[in-house]
Amino acid sequence: MTSSASAVPAPSSREAGRGGRPRAAKLVRMTPLTPAIALMLVFLAGPIIYCLYAAFTNMALTGTGANEVKFVGLENFRKAFGSGAFTNAIWLTLVFTLISAIIGQNTLGLGLALLMRRSTKIVRNFVGTAVIGAWVLPEVVAAYLLSAFFNEEGTLNVMLHKVGLPGQDWLYAAPIIAVSLANIWRGTAFSMLVYSAALSEVPKEIEESAEMDGAAGIRRLLFVTLPMISRAVMTNLMLITLQTLSVFGLIYAMTRGGPGTKSQTLPLYMYEQAFSFSQIGYGTAIALVMLAIGAVFSLIYLRGLNSEAA
Amino acid sequence: MIARDRISKLTANLVLLAIGILFVLPLLWVLFASINRTAGLRVEFPTEPTLGNFKAVLNTDTTYRPVFNGIVLCGGSALLTMVCAVLAAYPLSRFKSKFNRPFLLTVLFCTGLPITAVMVPVYGLFVQLNLVDTIGGTIMFMATSSLPFAIWLTKTFMDGVPISLEEAAWVDGAGNMQALRRIVLPLMWPGIAVVLIFTFIGMWGNFFVPFMLLLSPERLPASVSIFTFFGQYGEPNYGQLAAYSLIYTFPVLMLYLLLSRKLGGAFALGGAIKG
Repeated sequence: MTSSASAVPAPSSREAGRGGRPRAAKLVRMTPLTPAIALMLVFLAGPIIYCLYAAFTNMALTGTGANEVKFVGLENFRKAFGSGAFTNAIWLTLVFTLISAIIGQNTLGLGLALLMRRSTKIVRNFVGTAVIGAWVLPEVVAAYLLSAFFNEEGTLNVMLHKVGLPGQDWLYAAPIIAVSLANIWRGTAFSMLVYSAALSEVPKEIEESAEMDGAAGIRRLLFVTLPMISRAVMTNLMLITLQTLSVFGLIYAMTRGGPGTKSQTLPLYMYEQAFSFSQIGYGTAIALVMLAIGAVFSLIYLRGLNSEAA
Repeated sequence: MIARDRISKLTANLVLLAIGILFVLPLLWVLFASINRTAGLRVEFPTEPTLGNFKAVLNTDTTYRPVFNGIVLCGGSALLTMVCAVLAAYPLSRFKSKFNRPFLLTVLFCTGLPITAVMVPVYGLFVQLNLVDTIGGTIMFMATSSLPFAIWLTKTFMDGVPISLEEAAWVDGAGNMQALRRIVLPLMWPGIAVVLIFTFIGMWGNFFVPFMLLLSPERLPASVSIFTFFGQYGEPNYGQLAAYSLIYTFPVLMLYLLLSRKLGGAFALGGAIKG
């Protein structure tokens, strides 16, 4: 199940045994799909379609929109893109995704996977266990552990004091950095595993012969190793970006989006608008923006997989 | 050459160790604080280790009921996911159809959609269908949200089961579902276990979905109750928080160990995802 696990359906051949069946029989064979399709229609497609409708209304839990739902056209989107809080949330989401996923988890994961190939077994096992341990922890537990770590009286400051640096309450001073680091801590294992699996399939001879030809260190990494695992890099980047875009619990439990709105990424902003302020229509408009971002990434990801398979 | 190899190995080890220690520090905190009566926020080994914190949280309201709720909720959802995924994967893996490719691509596309974004309309849907604050409704939604990934993974595992055995069974007059139950499932149980455990672990840690869809305190699973007990009012008791975190984490830790020891777990999964 390793490398054959291509995303695109391999044509599972088996018409032979019972070929030439009429249409009805073909439909009957497909019936086991019904429960899955029914669930996904009701609980996944349904909400998305609902999103498409509600985002263009003034639907609310209280106030005017509660009594009489009116179609308001693009008003919600106009309001969003004109509001400082929304652009702030978009901005923070970008920073969060860039720092914690694209730079942090991805690079650290690749670095760990590369270093692990040259390390001693005991070190490898220790680090692997620690990194995966952080990954297995439930979201809220991870949030508490890292809140403690970044707190004014927390371990990070104790270490900083030891080397003579001033400490501060990181969750107040630099909340978006703190939650980004927290997400790196929590999510790096995924990239590490993906890259370890990919690197294990790079033939040692190729790297060795590259070294013979004088390509060492960074150059060998850039021109020999990375091109060989480029598919894994693409897949990994897409998947962690998508995961990071929708992180809610970690940030909510660590900072509630605060202080003020300094760590209020899109999911937290959407939650606040829809539930704390009861603006369902406006909240769904934001949800639609998030879905659109996710859909674009998802499509790029599919294309990447598809073109590779072709 | 050999000397250089040794130096590069040493550097690799040292860098890895440093990163490993950074990853371990927050974990050490929870271990030490849980046995410390006067736990603070920094990592320190308690002067008088005690199990008092565990005793304090081991009661119905704080631990037993939320953990039980979590098992019902996540176990139910994971089982529902698994049943639907196996049923769906069978025709996708075994029969050629024009419908397969678009369906699998849609499934794969859905794995990328941010579930967080759907939560506002899902809440709206739940209000319409009168499902808010029901375990059943929450189970169905949680199962759906992990279904795309589960279908895809299950199909991948099922593709690995050779078809010849089933063909023999068909000749003997067995139906598709019989062949699935008697032949395919027994041969792919490690795959089933991986998908099931992985789905369960993901759900056990999920905070947002039950946080939005369940309201009554007596229905909340551990992932939400840990937040409502310790997160909302002022300075929490850190020792008890740490002890509770450990209790809450224990089941998924055990499942994960099972996964990685017996089945090559995450490494196999990493291989599957690598694409």
